[in-house]
Amino acid sequence: MSISHAPPPPPSPDISGEATEEIPETGAVPPPELVPLVPASARRARVPRWLRRTTGPLLLLVLWHLLSVTGVLSDDVLASPGTIARVAGDLVEDGSLPSAMGVSVQRVAVGLLLGTLVGTGLALVSGLFRIGEDLVDASVQMLRTVPFVGLIPLFIIWFGIGETPKLALITLGVSFPLYLNVYAGIRGVDTQLIEAGESLGLSRWGLVRHVVLPGALPGALTGLRYSLGIAWLALVFAEQINADAGIGFLMVQARDFLRTDVIVVCLIVYAFLGLLADLAVRTLERLLLQWRPTFTGR
Amino acid sequence: MATDVHRPVTSAAPAAVRVDGLIRAFDGRPVIDGLRLDVRPGEFVALLGRSGCGKSTLLRVLAGLDREIEGTVLVPRRKAVAFQAPRLMPWKRVWRNVVLGLDGKPERAVAERALDEVGLGHRARAWPKTLSGGEAQRASLARALVREPDLLLLDEPFGALDALTRVRAQRLVGELWQRRGCAVLLVTHDVEEAVLLADRVLVMDRGVIAHEQRVDLDRPRDITDPRFAALRAGLLERLGVEAPTPASASASTPASAAAATSASTAAASAAATVPARTAT
Repeated sequence: MSISHAPPPPPSPDISGEATEEIPETGAVPPPELVPLVPASARRARVPRWLRRTTGPLLLLVLWHLLSVTGVLSDDVLASPGTIARVAGDLVEDGSLPSAMGVSVQRVAVGLLLGTLVGTGLALVSGLFRIGEDLVDASVQMLRTVPFVGLIPLFIIWFGIGETPKLALITLGVSFPLYLNVYAGIRGVDTQLIEAGESLGLSRWGLVRHVVLPGALPGALTGLRYSLGIAWLALVFAEQINADAGIGFLMVQARDFLRTDVIVVCLIVYAFLGLLADLAVRTLERLLLQWRPTFTGR
Repeated sequence: MATDVHRPVTSAAPAAVRVDGLIRAFDGRPVIDGLRLDVRPGEFVALLGRSGCGKSTLLRVLAGLDREIEGTVLVPRRKAVAFQAPRLMPWKRVWRNVVLGLDGKPERAVAERALDEVGLGHRARAWPKTLSGGEAQRASLARALVREPDLLLLDEPFGALDALTRVRAQRLVGELWQRRGCAVLLVTHDVEEAVLLADRVLVMDRGVIAHEQRVDLDRPRDITDPRFAALRAGLLERLGVEAPTPASASASTPASAAAATSASTAAASAAATVPARTAT
């Protein structure tokens, strides 16, 4: 019935001891030259990685400073790093930058909230119901291809030049990536798990709550990250049109007075806020997705 | 020794599963074709068959996961399934997976009792991703048992486990069954596993139960027992695997299996009714 695997009994139970003596007997094959394998720690460079990584940007900063000091870069083209730091300090001191940041952050927050509600709501309707998919998905996929920035003129006609068109633009920009990712997340939930849920006697709502929605969460958070990026982008566009407050307004004003220093400060603030937002989503992911096998944070 | 299930159903006898004239077709091609199956309460039945013979489909039908069927299917209200993959919800801790779908707001203690029974009480708060294959499969078993099923459906639950873990998991299932006394239908492709655990081994072929083999060995069973080996060899032959000795050249082919089916229909009335379960 079974095939015999048993080889003839070895001469000695201790094979490792025997082996060194047997090698010369085989004769024909010369023994290979042995090379020591050095532990990775011994070869590692002395400079820590984070220091090496910060060197590049710092060198760039020094170069920029040198170019400004020597007059190659005039203040009209790009202000020197020192000037920018000083201007940033001034702007914070006289309160114009904090108030502008407050206005801008509020716009992004409200737009993001509305966009999340719209995007997630539509995705739930079309992800969970066949009829919802038929009604919603085609229209959303069609509208998605329209560059939302192109809608600015229309929004100005519809909503005037107050806060509404700005919020509408951010909301619109945010909705699509969320819709796409939540919808894909819902449709991508493992059918095996849904079947397991059914076999456990979960109701339709129970399946949605315990299986479908948690399964769509990773996709939803990816969507949220895309959305945040787009929210800042939409903010920049929105604030360039007839704004009387916000970071974009500061920039437009600075452009009129050729203040490159203020413009750069504003750009840095945009980058900083974007970074903060990304950090917030990462924290959210760490809290909500610790069950994921691929999760390596913590 | 080998009797066929195509025997008259005595409607008075209690049953945990009663299937008659079941047909399940995929795109007009019947995978299950007029199948009849009875499982008594507390009986351990193993279902063997070549891959693609419809045994997993039958289990899905009994689990209520596949309703595109014709015929009579009667199953207990309380039934539970353990699949080949553990199918734990990765976003729920182990104990929440176990109580998922239970009525009301189940206590954690309920889950812990079931997990203790499969030797996993200490992992109640773990995420499924941190479980080993065997642990995950035991958690899945606990999730099935916590429902106190009258019928436990096992779909090749040991198929993905390594050999050592499989032996332990098989032993565990045997013990749990003896303690709980629920009817079990085990779908497997492992003949040894079937003979080791089941009161009755069924071989499925061409959409029906083509062969039935009672296993009257005492428990716990010894795979080195010659009677065990004989049962195993007989079933392997039924499945179309030729025995290695040249003497038994009469290996079963699809043709002979079909012949067995038609012969059995004629002899249906003469077939003996299955005696009561022997195991404790």
